[in-house]
Amino acid sequence: MISLACELAGVQLSNPILMASGTFGFGKPYAALYPLDKLGGIVTKGLTLQARPGNTGTRVFETDSGLINSIGLENPGIPTFLEREWEEMMQYGTAIIVNLGGGSIREYAEGAMLITEASRESKKNGRRAVDMIELNISCPNVKEGGLQYGVDTDRAREVVRAVRMATDLPLLVKLSPSARDLTEMARMCEAEGADGLSLINTIQAMAIDIRKKRSVFDGLYAGLSGPAIKPIALRMVHQVSHAVDIPVIGIGGIASAEDILEFIMAGAAAVQIGTYNFMRLRAGAALEDELRELMAQEGIRSLDEIRGII
Amino acid sequence: MANVLVNNKLAPDIYQLTVEGEYHASMGQFYMLRCWGAFPVLSRPISVHDINEGTISFLYRVSGTGTRLLSQLKPGNQLQLEGPLGRGFPEPEGRTAIIGGGMGIAPLLLAARRLPDSRVFLGFAGDPFAVSAFHAIHADVHVVSGGTIADYVEPSEYDTILACGPVPLMELLAHRTKGTGAKLFFSVEKRMACGIGACSGCTVRIDGVNRRVCVEGPVFSAGEVDFHDLLSL
Repeated sequence: MISLACELAGVQLSNPILMASGTFGFGKPYAALYPLDKLGGIVTKGLTLQARPGNTGTRVFETDSGLINSIGLENPGIPTFLEREWEEMMQYGTAIIVNLGGGSIREYAEGAMLITEASRESKKNGRRAVDMIELNISCPNVKEGGLQYGVDTDRAREVVRAVRMATDLPLLVKLSPSARDLTEMARMCEAEGADGLSLINTIQAMAIDIRKKRSVFDGLYAGLSGPAIKPIALRMVHQVSHAVDIPVIGIGGIASAEDILEFIMAGAAAVQIGTYNFMRLRAGAALEDELRELMAQEGIRSLDEIRGII
Repeated sequence: MANVLVNNKLAPDIYQLTVEGEYHASMGQFYMLRCWGAFPVLSRPISVHDINEGTISFLYRVSGTGTRLLSQLKPGNQLQLEGPLGRGFPEPEGRTAIIGGGMGIAPLLLAARRLPDSRVFLGFAGDPFAVSAFHAIHADVHVVSGGTIADYVEPSEYDTILACGPVPLMELLAHRTKGTGAKLFFSVEKRMACGIGACSGCTVRIDGVNRRVCVEGPVFSAGEVDFHDLLSL
């Protein structure tokens, strides 16, 4: 039997297949379809200290082999999440990674503190802690915060430093493909004490309605995900995982066990499944077995054998 | 996987797909349909047109790659159906009108079947399509071609109005129903990704709050719908 159990940023995972932020809600929609303890972990929908209504107008638009989204970080706010969603998420029997967004350094830091306190309290009561925070400095869909921190290394450093100071939970930083210098950004996160990196977030993109003569999106640009971006994500994961010593979680258009192996060979410690959840609602129930089968076929006994071999 | 029984072209670009199996859905609910691999990326949300013993059917217009692939299905082909999804029409109270405009008639056949005492109004910009099925199961069906079907319905004569159609028609019905005491429910459409309430891609603002069309809809009471969100489709 091939074991897929792995350690990520000090956290034990049953397998390296996590569900990406924004594609899995807080787990509930999928819990109705299959048992979530099959998953390596769930990354929550992006949360900010204050609730956000998200963007108006068209929010999702399909392209050839891709999906452009402009959700705009709609979320109930961290306090409401902790009150209403967290309890249920703890029951799923899988790692919980809270994706943290913010409109200012202060909002990021206060959000991190709230999550950390709640996690500590939960642990004290003998219950599950928040396993990790994934710091989102790369959302292309909000005006304040989001991508503005994800492009420039010096601006990003301020956020990473503030959040690192605000939490003792394992900290992942989710990077944008728009970073001016991606390896410099990655090394900065490592130097500031990040425990791991997630990449890539969506790629800034656009679609135009030629009849209305306007962008499809009220926010003009939006974020492209799905199989279309996989080759770009793979290259970036390769680049970054060879530039830092902290684990890299590969994200971007993964839609098969083959894709997962590609990312592991490129150097990823684990992967996240995003748009594929929409292409195949039960993807999370099947991928672990499919990965194991593929590894058996290929004579791979452990992912460590092939990690970063390219 | 489900088995295709019939996939008939009823009018230019309009098809009716009938699939084998025992399905239970309430009027106004929908399924995510898929008969392809990775491309196109998303499955297609299609409302339930009718349910009979051993079959379920969907009425759809070919408007892109996904529906074109659906239109090529032959009897005996397989497709995936995920559902029933969403919240359909409520059980109406009192005198009930069912109003459909164009493709908006799709979810209303099942409603007409289940509400034999209602009055049914179907409006089309051009030639009517798929109306014989309505006549076959319902005694009080009015079909109008050209103009707006809203002009043929006096909202104050009804307690409940169930509607589906283009956004301008829904806007007009909302306007004319206001203050009449009739309760208006309509089924809306918006670009959708997951279909199960995970992605928040299909929200529409109602009374200032975001509602996901796939789980809190697709049927909403007229309320204070922000039509901008819908027109953007």
